[in-house]
Amino acid sequence: MGQIALQGVQKSFGPVHIIKGADLDITDGSFVVFVGPSGCGKTTLLRLIAGLEDVTGGAILIDGRNVVDVPPAKRGLSMVFQSYALYPHMSVRGNIAFGLKMAGLPKAEINRKVEAAAATLNLTPYLERKPRELSGGQRQRVAIGRAIVREPKAFLFDEPLSNLDAALRVQMRLEVTRLQKQLATTAIYVTHDQVEAMTMADKIVVLNAGKIEQYGSPLDLYERPNNLFVAGFIGSPKMNFISGEAARQQGAPTIGVRPEHLKVERAGQGGWPGTVSVAEHLGSDTFLYVDAGQLGMLTARYIGELSLSPGDKVSLSPEPARIHRFDESGNAIHA
Amino acid sequence: MARAVTTNRVVISTAAAWLCGFLIFFPILWMVLASFKTELEAFAIPPSFLFFHWTTENYATVQERSDYLLHALNSIIIAGGSTIIAMLIAIPAAWSMAFSPTKRTKDLLLWMLSTKMMPPVGVLVPIYLIYRDLGLLDTRVGLTFILCLGNLPIVVWMLFTYFKEIPKDILEAARMDGATIGRELIYVLTPMAVPGLASTLLLNLILAWNEAFWTLNLSTLQAAPLTVFIASYSSPEGLFWAKLSAASTLAIAPILVLGWFSQRQLVRGLTFGAVK
Repeated sequence: MGQIALQGVQKSFGPVHIIKGADLDITDGSFVVFVGPSGCGKTTLLRLIAGLEDVTGGAILIDGRNVVDVPPAKRGLSMVFQSYALYPHMSVRGNIAFGLKMAGLPKAEINRKVEAAAATLNLTPYLERKPRELSGGQRQRVAIGRAIVREPKAFLFDEPLSNLDAALRVQMRLEVTRLQKQLATTAIYVTHDQVEAMTMADKIVVLNAGKIEQYGSPLDLYERPNNLFVAGFIGSPKMNFISGEAARQQGAPTIGVRPEHLKVERAGQGGWPGTVSVAEHLGSDTFLYVDAGQLGMLTARYIGELSLSPGDKVSLSPEPARIHRFDESGNAIHA
Repeated sequence: MARAVTTNRVVISTAAAWLCGFLIFFPILWMVLASFKTELEAFAIPPSFLFFHWTTENYATVQERSDYLLHALNSIIIAGGSTIIAMLIAIPAAWSMAFSPTKRTKDLLLWMLSTKMMPPVGVLVPIYLIYRDLGLLDTRVGLTFILCLGNLPIVVWMLFTYFKEIPKDILEAARMDGATIGRELIYVLTPMAVPGLASTLLLNLILAWNEAFWTLNLSTLQAAPLTVFIASYSSPEGLFWAKLSAASTLAIAPILVLGWFSQRQLVRGLTFGAVK
């Protein structure tokens, strides 16, 4: 079991409030991603759950038991660090076995478990090597091995892929997701990369300035963002925000339209007129950055190739059903 | 842009490095050569380089005139003792400053270092008087104590920089893995810290071995280490170059051998934090 609940969790460092009261329910076996800009408190929240920091207020329940006074090792969680944090003087085997050794398991059982974990992660040929003799991806797998071998109630991942190159990151992303589904163990994953969040999560927690802005499934967040922050943070390229007369015509002080929901047409077809200032041709998509006069710069995404170049006049029209409306305080107006 | 390394460049820089090395090494070589000359040849002009009458008579005289072994033993006790005591004090001090720093940690470190900026001669008289009154003049305990105090700031600084290099994440990983403080110390921290401890220990040993100011001023015979033994050859009776050289060679031999075998640790110790 690995059910985690946060109840009014607060954390301050002196006069600075990092976490301003977080409430969250994480169901057993789910993959939850904490995402937000740097400094939003996502890593602190993870460390509070891990027990590496003490809470200032509130309760953290793991399987119904409040663990705020329980030391990290006794919480039954394991953590994968951004820097991998492998023990440099120990072999891969020693690294993976360390937690089991500390728990006082018999040698034969430790060996059996270490070898099983190594096999799962394709680390068997490297068991006797030292961390410095491994590549970044392999080190990351050792760190994951160290986490899974203890059969924890939940995994905590602290931006584990941010030190890898882009190609390896995509591959490890898949591996981590697959492993989590296979083990069916609760996972909490911290990242600042919203693409990682969207692709890996069962549920996403969007954090901003120490507050949970929204908690929901990736598509929920994409389709029904609670406020301007979530709307702008989830989705790539960013949602276009328009205020003023054009917004008022749609019945709200501010409206948002995602780039993929802006129809690009030849100039003079109605909609918002503009001039292409940059066109990015990816083959599969075309991203247009359009100077739309009073509306500001708008981003439009066209699926497939669209042969437009800077200076071309276009007109953009939003799909009426896909317009997001926000009130003065930035909260979404749901119809 | 990577520079093309031509053969010429390699030859020139190699030659330059050897030349620099030779220049630095030359005084020591000259001292060793002089120790095998007769007193007359030792200050002959022009000096003879290798073709002179080789003799070991200076070494015999030196051992006869003064007890080399006693001074060597004193050096070992004073340098070794002061190093061990300094390490025992500095390890916990550097540890706490590196892993649980307070607002004043930086000031404290700077203050400790600033004591090394003061010329020792500035406190010679008070220290001398205190030592006289406490009966510590010309005692091994007294010298061990003063060298330990003198080197402590450097030892704390070196260890502090070294401990700072140990990533906090690793300690946290050990905590997550269920290691108690004691086991964390035995299985994780100590193995990681050993190279740093070793190089600090070596450097401190060498500094203490070579220290001449306090040892010359606070000891005469009983507790006198090898530095005093060397200095005794520049005496009112005149300068005995060959004997002085023989004495110096004998004095630096042990530390030279130690340095030779621990080059790697020493270089590591002296380039702390410079390279990852």
